[in-house]
Amino acid sequence: MFGLSRSDLRLMCVVLALTLFAPIILNPFPTESAMAQFNAGYPDLMQRFVIFGIFAIGFNILFGLTGYLSFGHAAFLGVGSYACVWMFKLLGYNILPGIVLSVIVAGLFSALIGYVSLRRSGIYFSILTLAFAQMSFALAYSVLSNPKFNLTNGETGLQVYSDDPQWFHSDRLPDLPHLFGIPMRATHQLNIGGWDFQFNFGYYVCAVVLIVAFYLSIRLFRSPFGMMLRAVKSNQQRMTYTGLNPKPYTLAAFVISGMYAGLAGGLLSAMDPLAGAERMQWTASGEVVLMTILGGAGTLIGPVLGAGFIKYFENIFSKINDGVLHSWFSFLPDGLENLMVDLVHPFVGKGWHLTLGLLFMLVVTFLPGGLVEGGQRLGRLLTGRRKASSDAEPNPTPAE
Amino acid sequence: MDAFILQILNGLDKGSAYALIALGLTLIFGTLGVVNFAHGALFMIGAFCAVTLNKLFSISFETVDPTKTDFLGNPLKVKTPYLESWFGPELGGAIIDWSVPLSLIIAIPVMIAIGLIMERGLIRHFYKRPHADQILVTFGLAIVLQEVIKYFFGANPIQTPAPDALKGVFDLGTWLGLSLPYPIWRVFYFLFAVVTIFAVFAFLQFTTFGMVVRAGMADRETVGLLGINIDKRFSIMFGLAAAVAGLAGVMYGPINPPNYHMGMDFLVLSFVVVVVGGMGSLPGAVLAGFLLGILESFASTTWATTTLPGINQIIIYLVAIIVLMTRPRGLMGRKGVMEE
Repeated sequence: MFGLSRSDLRLMCVVLALTLFAPIILNPFPTESAMAQFNAGYPDLMQRFVIFGIFAIGFNILFGLTGYLSFGHAAFLGVGSYACVWMFKLLGYNILPGIVLSVIVAGLFSALIGYVSLRRSGIYFSILTLAFAQMSFALAYSVLSNPKFNLTNGETGLQVYSDDPQWFHSDRLPDLPHLFGIPMRATHQLNIGGWDFQFNFGYYVCAVVLIVAFYLSIRLFRSPFGMMLRAVKSNQQRMTYTGLNPKPYTLAAFVISGMYAGLAGGLLSAMDPLAGAERMQWTASGEVVLMTILGGAGTLIGPVLGAGFIKYFENIFSKINDGVLHSWFSFLPDGLENLMVDLVHPFVGKGWHLTLGLLFMLVVTFLPGGLVEGGQRLGRLLTGRRKASSDAEPNPTPAE
Repeated sequence: MDAFILQILNGLDKGSAYALIALGLTLIFGTLGVVNFAHGALFMIGAFCAVTLNKLFSISFETVDPTKTDFLGNPLKVKTPYLESWFGPELGGAIIDWSVPLSLIIAIPVMIAIGLIMERGLIRHFYKRPHADQILVTFGLAIVLQEVIKYFFGANPIQTPAPDALKGVFDLGTWLGLSLPYPIWRVFYFLFAVVTIFAVFAFLQFTTFGMVVRAGMADRETVGLLGINIDKRFSIMFGLAAAVAGLAGVMYGPINPPNYHMGMDFLVLSFVVVVVGGMGSLPGAVLAGFLLGILESFASTTWATTTLPGINQIIIYLVAIIVLMTRPRGLMGRKGVMEE
């Protein structure tokens, strides 16, 4: 069905169900309970899950299939965000033109950068994309925000002001991002027992986009084109000998993943009409690499899982402070309680990045296949079954 | 003319830092074939060696001076560093004053140890893995090191003053009949960088150890077959590269107060420097470091920034792109290095 094989269809259904029922699934604890802080079912966070999921799916098309590690993908996200806010400023708050333009602009921008960077491969490619992204960041942060030609509004971030033209804006329409009159912020609250579910329109817009993006990526993975991209990864030289030129394929993959990034950037702006240069910084590029690796590069569902995992723990870990820690360890004797709090303290709250860095190292070292591989290993362990084929595979983990 | 030479001089201190970091990166890359994203963090740790030593030296105890009172009429509390009470105010004061140059002595063993631990403990396991994995794991390590420093020292830049004797401004042009006022510490930094670079080259060129390492860089397998434990020597080179980056960081403190993300800021540019110089070429890295530092300084002049606003922010990247398009191997890159 829909040109999908049976297992892909099952995967697609799982993603469909997960995204559509996310407001319920991510809200397992009653609002009043102490565990409510672990709930993730509120619109802002769910939107970020989905948007960064799209970003990671796009990145995976480049990295997972061709093996080209781009360290500058945040540049396309940033460009997309700026394009979308500019549409808000010029045309009005309807998100459709903004998102369409952000995809187009990011596509053109990535075609330009890809054309130059893809002349080199391996580490040169990573450094070139990093250099381009840092250059775009510098341009957006200072150069393009001079009074004569203010494209990005520098440090403040690009936002909509009341004296902007907004040609298609009328009084009937809400004064914030909307889709044909329905504002992104519209939320339907549903109270069942102690639970409080929030169904946000903006989230569902993102979710539909994610489902479409995911479907396209499945089709791409299974297409002859996807096969070509895998050939680029496994052996470019051999591919050239068979008379195929890898360049157009890699460039196409680069542009497609750039467009995904632009789409994510556009959605970010659509949810919150403010685009800042820090979205293009190289740490942001590192983050999407991390999501993809953590979830499992080259797998279909991995990047989405990775994005959700990182955004969820970023949110939860940042919220935990010493007070929360004390309440957790209160069952211990006082001295031990303080010791435990002191031990855990550096890793939570503001120390989230430390945890992230450690996690990154651990995953790359011990679980190069990411969460998906971890799940498979766990599954095999539980069922007690070892597939003969997986044992024959070259084992990439170090001998430790 | 004066202004022209002054711009070149201005570029030298940043150029020195680029050259030293890029030199270490190239050493690691040339010997072990690893792309070390944590190299900027090593530079930063070096700077924080100086900060730590400065803090340790300034640990003081309080005494009450009954003869003086503060503005509220209470007896004045005087802080005296332990060093001053032990060695007398003159020697003790001098030690505190010279804490940054003195940190060099501490930083060398510390940085070599950190480098060896990094190589033996982590990076060793990644030699046979793809470059992407090496980049990713060292990137993670860089984040961790950065956050650890942030945890202990806070997020704000910490002042690490140069010794009083090296603080002022020195007119370099007196014997040329020009007026070139220039901070002494920057001259000192440049000289230090030149000495370090020469020391590294001399070490590689004139010692047996260096000869073996160079042979290993050219053909690792054959050297191994000759019965030489090349891995051990390469690990030591990693330690050496870490020390070079660390020393560059120690001495950079007085120019720019160190903060936890200074390493990352330098790292991206140093990578660009390595690529422009030519991957795997040590002279190329040094040359490109100084060249790009000077270029950046010229792009920061008012003339340049008024004609092309923001050119100082992007000039290095632009040059890197142009170089890679026209000379893909970089300025002094050799054939066969990093070419799949």
